Amino acid sequence: MTSTMSDYDFSSERPKPSHFQQRQDELNIHDAWSSWNGYKFAEYFYDVEFEYFCVRNTCGTYDICPMQKYHITGADAEKMLDRMVTRDVTKIRTNRASYVVWCNDEGRLIDDGTIFKLGDDHFILNCGSPCSAWLDKSAFGFHDITIDDKTDDVAAMALQGPTSCAVLKSMGLENIESAKPFSINFFDFQNARLMVSRTGFTGDLGYELWIDHNLAIPLWDAVYKAGHDLGIHPYGDQATNMLRLEAGFIMPGYEFNEALKTVHFEHDQTPFELNLGWLVDFKKPHFNGRRALFDEKKRGPRYTLTKLDIEGNKPAEGSFLYSNKRCTEEIGYVTSGMWSPAAKANIALAMIETKYLEGEIWSEIYYEKELRQYSKVARCTIKHEPFWSPARTRATPAADF
Amino acid sequence: MKRYDAIIIGAGHNGLTNAAYLAKAGLDVLVVEKNDYIGGAAVSRELHEGWTYSNCSYVCSLMRQAIHRDLDLSRHGLILVPYLGSVNYDDVGNTLIAYNSEEAAYLELKRHSKHDADSMFRFQADLTRYARLIRKTLLRTPPDPTSFRRRDIHELLFLAKQFWSLGEKEIYEYVRFFTLSAVDFLEDYFENELIKQSKASSGIIGTALGVYSPGSSYILLHHVMGDVDGSIGAWGLARGGMGAISKAIASAFQSFGGEIRTNAGVEQILVEGNKVVGVALENGDEIRARVVVSNLDAKRTFTQIMDEKDLPPGIYDKAKNFKIRGSSGKVNIALSALPKFSNVPDNAYVNRGGLELTGSLETMERAYDCWKRGRFSDDPYVEGVIPSAWDPTVAPPGKHWMSNFIQYCPAELADGPWTEEKRNLFGQTVVDKIARYCPGFKDLIVHMEVRTPHEIEEEIGLTEGNIFQGELTIDQLFFNRPFPGYAQYRMPLKHMYMCGSSTHPGGGVSSACGANAAREILIDLKRPNSVPVDDFYDE
Repeated sequence: MTSTMSDYDFSSERPKPSHFQQRQDELNIHDAWSSWNGYKFAEYFYDVEFEYFCVRNTCGTYDICPMQKYHITGADAEKMLDRMVTRDVTKIRTNRASYVVWCNDEGRLIDDGTIFKLGDDHFILNCGSPCSAWLDKSAFGFHDITIDDKTDDVAAMALQGPTSCAVLKSMGLENIESAKPFSINFFDFQNARLMVSRTGFTGDLGYELWIDHNLAIPLWDAVYKAGHDLGIHPYGDQATNMLRLEAGFIMPGYEFNEALKTVHFEHDQTPFELNLGWLVDFKKPHFNGRRALFDEKKRGPRYTLTKLDIEGNKPAEGSFLYSNKRCTEEIGYVTSGMWSPAAKANIALAMIETKYLEGEIWSEIYYEKELRQYSKVARCTIKHEPFWSPARTRATPAADF
Repeated sequence: MKRYDAIIIGAGHNGLTNAAYLAKAGLDVLVVEKNDYIGGAAVSRELHEGWTYSNCSYVCSLMRQAIHRDLDLSRHGLILVPYLGSVNYDDVGNTLIAYNSEEAAYLELKRHSKHDADSMFRFQADLTRYARLIRKTLLRTPPDPTSFRRRDIHELLFLAKQFWSLGEKEIYEYVRFFTLSAVDFLEDYFENELIKQSKASSGIIGTALGVYSPGSSYILLHHVMGDVDGSIGAWGLARGGMGAISKAIASAFQSFGGEIRTNAGVEQILVEGNKVVGVALENGDEIRARVVVSNLDAKRTFTQIMDEKDLPPGIYDKAKNFKIRGSSGKVNIALSALPKFSNVPDNAYVNRGGLELTGSLETMERAYDCWKRGRFSDDPYVEGVIPSAWDPTVAPPGKHWMSNFIQYCPAELADGPWTEEKRNLFGQTVVDKIARYCPGFKDLIVHMEVRTPHEIEEEIGLTEGNIFQGELTIDQLFFNRPFPGYAQYRMPLKHMYMCGSSTHPGGGVSSACGANAAREILIDLKRPNSVPVDDFYDE
């Protein structure tokens, strides 16, 4: 019996190794793994809080091999993307990156991601979930266009934190400090092309590095050698979730439910509800979801994603929100909540019915203390700025720490 | 001439906290500081190009998060990074590593004693229970137990309620706890010497007591009741050094319109009748204010910058006899590389927190014997930490600096005053001790700052260089701090207050003394309270 089990290696079910797996295996000493898009993916490596602080204090690397990377080329590439996403793609300059969202006809959010423009007929779309089918649908009617899924061919890592620029400088990337936010730069790395974008998901100074998958390990080693004295450390999914929440960034599965996977009516979200109205450009020609979004803009979104500072220190994860302390009138719900070590505040993102934003907001928080359940009602204050937004994130030239 | 609402003497972190809350309440506030830099003992200075030392205090745990949050110190540039990977070293080559992961920590303890590894759970639970109760009192004004004012009775009832919620057994335990020695307390839990000494060392830091002296058990608690982001007992580093704490509070203060004057040492607190009316500076300037708040220690305040004639009888004696004995030194060492210590794994996690050269209980007690005889310890307890292993801003990449806290070092030597030669000898003793655990250490030294209690008093103004502005023994704690009858931050003369660590809850860079004092001043000036409630531990 045992031999029949061991003859079968379950390769079709095991998570795929990332291009950086060899190095990540060595460093993930607690074997804390989960998966992302079929790739083996670290929950954390040594200690969640430690890794979180590496990004806020020194720097950390995050495996983005599992992120979907679609190369979209051809004379119609720009037009096709412009029709698909809500932002004006024609305004993106070459070698610049842009944060975008795309919607279905009802104006509900399918996903968010970044578009890299490498040339007039060459774009890359990076996003969290696979979307080949939607891209094919979006290309309907265009002829001079090729959509190429390069996810498995590209090794990519995010390098984030105050010393990230110093690490790249020490790696020999000339003039990297003068790279502006959302710029894309190219360097020679072992006779191959290393693409470095000043982008990230942490709200801090940071970059993303992209290279042919055959050079994944040499790139990792070069980055870690350069970062040895600059506090470099890998960080996993849990630290990422803390970092992005402090930066006020949305995450699928928390702030939004992808529209194409949503069963219940309006359990997905619109860009206006997600406070991403600034990404919707009505001045450009028709795009997917335009009419629905136009109507919604006139009407005003039913919900608005809001940043909350909540009294006390109990994370408000999963809390209902009310318009009064007695909790008689429900007005929304918390999508993500945590104690922010950097801001020293009890922070949350929450979906609140827009008409209640002017009034009081109270959160009913549930928590456990040695097997007993407790609840408390805490006052919430709306914040308009990200919880974490140091000047170094935007400064050019980038500082050394 | 301009009359301020309040003058605060001394720009240490408590003075600045006090000033920030008064300014936040709308008062016109001036902080005067004798040095040309601010921060007091929460200070970071570059004495050797490229290296920034935390010259005095070096790690942080008691800083009230309610204050950090309320003054938005993060936006004013403060970030506290918890550290991990502390190691205890004994005299004969054994090491005990404090791992962050509960499983790893358990296995490490078990390597030394199976009994102690299991006993640690009970120890932690008991200590957490004690710590929870004390912590609730930190950001509150101690009640006057002899008063029948509503507020005092309310506070006493609050305390009684907290006590009763512990259960009858714990009330007895509590009383024992305040009077026990650190070792006696630990004997109830542990059998292994290294494990005992690793805990006992917290009981002597900054205090003229030994690990076997009654009362050291509370000092132990004082050092483990803090937390970083809710993780009780954790310690952290301020990015940029401890001076970053003072700078952030100063920046918050200035954002409320407050004014700081450096190079402005106070010669005398001005008194008219039984009222304090302002200060005279060393340069002859006189500045008037409705209230004067001293952030200096109790002894210095009453015996150095006040005239005996201005004081009611008794208070001068109380100040003179205030227990503020100097017992610690500080050696800051710039290093050309990260030092490698013997008998510990060489990885990025171990040896990054406290490097505790505790030796043995006997070694620590002998070190105390030296102090009693008016000598610095020839084999001292050294608590090292290498901030540059965490903080990229305090040394060039690849270079480091090691902060060393030394117990014991007396303020006054039996063989006459401190001299440069004696100070150098003290520094050499420390370096020799470290080098025993770290071969090659001496070759890495780039620069050293050696501070005995003498230097700490001279530069920072702490009497005898006592880090807590007065010892944390039960006779000087809570409603007895600094003196019985004066624990509510108001001093015997009208319009005069104290806000330094000489007041409740004592030293440890908590900002609580300054904030508590501000609350009392605002009551007297009939202003709305601007000080937050510590709402962290009410659940």
